[in-house]
Amino acid sequence: MPKSISGAEIVFKCLEDQNVDFIFGYPGGAVLPIYDELKNHSSIKHILVRHEQGAGHAAEGYARSSGKPGVVLVTSGPGATNVVTALTDAYMDSVPLVCISGQVPTHLIGTDAFQECDTTGITRPCTKHNWLVKDIKDLSKIIHKAFEVATTGRPGPVLVDIPKDIQFQKTNYSKFKKENKSNGKIHNNFNHKDIDKLVKLMSKAKKPIFYTGGGVINSGPKASELLRELVSITGFPITSTLQGLGCYPGDDNLFLGMLGMHGTYEANNAMHDCDLMINIGARFDDRITGKIDEFSPKSKKVHIDIDPSSINKNVKVDLPIVGDVQSVISAIVKTIKKTKPNFVKSNKQQISKWWEQIGKWREKKSLEYINSNETIKPQYAVQRLYELTKNKDTFITTEVGQHQMWAAQHYKFDKPNRWMTSGGLGTMGYGLPAAVGVQIAHPNKLVVDIAGEASVLMTIQEMSTAVQYNLPIKIFILNNEYMGMVRQWQELLHDKNYSESYSAALPDFVKLAEAYGCVGIRAKTPEELDDKIIEMINTDRPVIFDCLVDKQENCFPMIPSGKPHNQMLLGPKDQEKNKITGKGKTLV
Amino acid sequence: MSKSKSAYSIPGKKGKLDTHIIVVWVDNEAGVLARVVGLFSGRGYNIESLAVAEIDSKLNISRITIVTTGTPQVIDQIKLQLKKLVPVHKVADFKREDKQVIFKEMALFKLVGNNNKRNKALKACKKFNAVILDKTNKSCVIQITALRRDIDKMSKNLKQFGLVSISRTGAVAMTRGAETFK
Repeated sequence: MPKSISGAEIVFKCLEDQNVDFIFGYPGGAVLPIYDELKNHSSIKHILVRHEQGAGHAAEGYARSSGKPGVVLVTSGPGATNVVTALTDAYMDSVPLVCISGQVPTHLIGTDAFQECDTTGITRPCTKHNWLVKDIKDLSKIIHKAFEVATTGRPGPVLVDIPKDIQFQKTNYSKFKKENKSNGKIHNNFNHKDIDKLVKLMSKAKKPIFYTGGGVINSGPKASELLRELVSITGFPITSTLQGLGCYPGDDNLFLGMLGMHGTYEANNAMHDCDLMINIGARFDDRITGKIDEFSPKSKKVHIDIDPSSINKNVKVDLPIVGDVQSVISAIVKTIKKTKPNFVKSNKQQISKWWEQIGKWREKKSLEYINSNETIKPQYAVQRLYELTKNKDTFITTEVGQHQMWAAQHYKFDKPNRWMTSGGLGTMGYGLPAAVGVQIAHPNKLVVDIAGEASVLMTIQEMSTAVQYNLPIKIFILNNEYMGMVRQWQELLHDKNYSESYSAALPDFVKLAEAYGCVGIRAKTPEELDDKIIEMINTDRPVIFDCLVDKQENCFPMIPSGKPHNQMLLGPKDQEKNKITGKGKTLV
Repeated sequence: MSKSKSAYSIPGKKGKLDTHIIVVWVDNEAGVLARVVGLFSGRGYNIESLAVAEIDSKLNISRITIVTTGTPQVIDQIKLQLKKLVPVHKVADFKREDKQVIFKEMALFKLVGNNNKRNKALKACKKFNAVILDKTNKSCVIQITALRRDIDKMSKNLKQFGLVSISRTGAVAMTRGAETFK
């Protein structure tokens, strides 16, 4: 006869059965029974954050860099509402999170009790599913189901709301048995005829392109390996979305760089002019497509995605293949090897003109900028950071804004799971706590948050977490005193009316670092930059790096709003060459 | 084209709107209706009418019938998004014009007035399976089952006969013949 145990203990039994090593959380009245139980479960380490949003983003960083679900534990009311931003972020970027929240006792639900809120109501639109546990007998089943929902199909966040009385009540716990029965929500039964069709399209294509996204990363490291094989046996050009960076080596010659609003000239023009677009695990986001009506008008479009609702959502495709990226690519590679063993050779001639054209676009060197000897250009700072850290298997997180785009453009990733950024929701303040989570998952690796001074202040309190757990994260701030991307849009779209985008008061980041008990470093000139970066890398403690950069620099290239891919705005060098006057800019 | 100041794209061409009836089988659990309705409101889909009730108390299944309008692309999205919800078992959809499907709404009309008026009202309702549910010297309650547009018509029509209150359900649907919804 199994012993009867409390709801709080059941929570931990479930986490143990799910092989959870870390939970990110913050205690409070309605979760105290669970916190009380923590001491009896040594295999699970709790990371105490400074704000529940930080717990959510840290769990996201942990999940994205390790491939395991992130677990968050928060209290009722404000604890739950504070985590909503992180849940929404995870929902948009398909990150598996399991959030456990405390709730007021069952008999008080609906009475506007202290720290009560309708947690399941509030989080319903920002989770894959959520549960309010009303009966202790359902608790273990629900938690295991929660892990299943979070990690299968297109991953995402889930929430389990547990009233305090349920945490105290007792029942039996039976060990978790993984069911192989499908719940009907996971789609991986793609038709092999569709694979044959795709291979046929590929063998006919004269201007093909692979357009890959975060789905490749979510499908696991094997998917990235298979993708590399697929690209090498076809010789097709490949471009990636923001979230997909790292699934294909960034310095490879077949890689055209990132596409989209701040993507490279060659990637966007290739997307516009191609005759076969193979979308692997991306979702035709509006930052990628630009103007939908003029998006890649001449191409046949193939879409490989595990989520059937992503197909035909924004862009109508000719051949949808619903399935896990890894299994689909594996099937494509097998089919090509079997039916067309000499694909690359036989195909080379056919797509040589296409590569010639791409070469011409490349000559534009759309990521170039005018460097300076006096001030540090932000692009230069990212490039130097890349050069000095590329051999260290570095993990990069970012906040949101110009610095994020510069990081995506100039930092070249060659492995998946090394790049953590808030793409869908665009959450300023994501990078610092995400770096905490990444460092937890990879204690001996170099973790750098490429940040902006405005974003980082939104979650700066998590430095305290980093110090508490000796997490040597590096916060690399490109400090231009502006909300840079807002400033850029105001310059280009709102007649230089810089409304509220300048931070007239900022903390001294070096002193701030010292106040938190970590190390502050400041770089003011290009000359000293390398030495300071090396100093940062060699510091085995958390570092805030205040990199004072050019305040006016804009992030180019850029697809202006409502424009198709082939009408990009290029950087100042090109503008000088082509003499784009003030009039050209108002076209934006 | 006019100068766009938005960072977002300008809306593309709008497609033709069709009216569809969507039938959803769900677990009858707390919050399930909120999930379905929230999906519609959150993604900007339209609900013309909604009918929901438990249909299998043993398996705990409810059947939700939603009348909605949208472009073919939007209707597809609605179905696919509904299928992603955890408590949703299956989703069926058909066009309002579909001859293979019956769908009906019910309405209750309360009329106050003299006998003459009420008799005229009853006569007008005759072809919609009119049933008198309640009768006093001054008033009566008539139940009819009909299509939405017929009920719309009747509720206008009956005003002259002393109509004081209307209550109506959303549409429910059933296939003709031996077939059931897939």
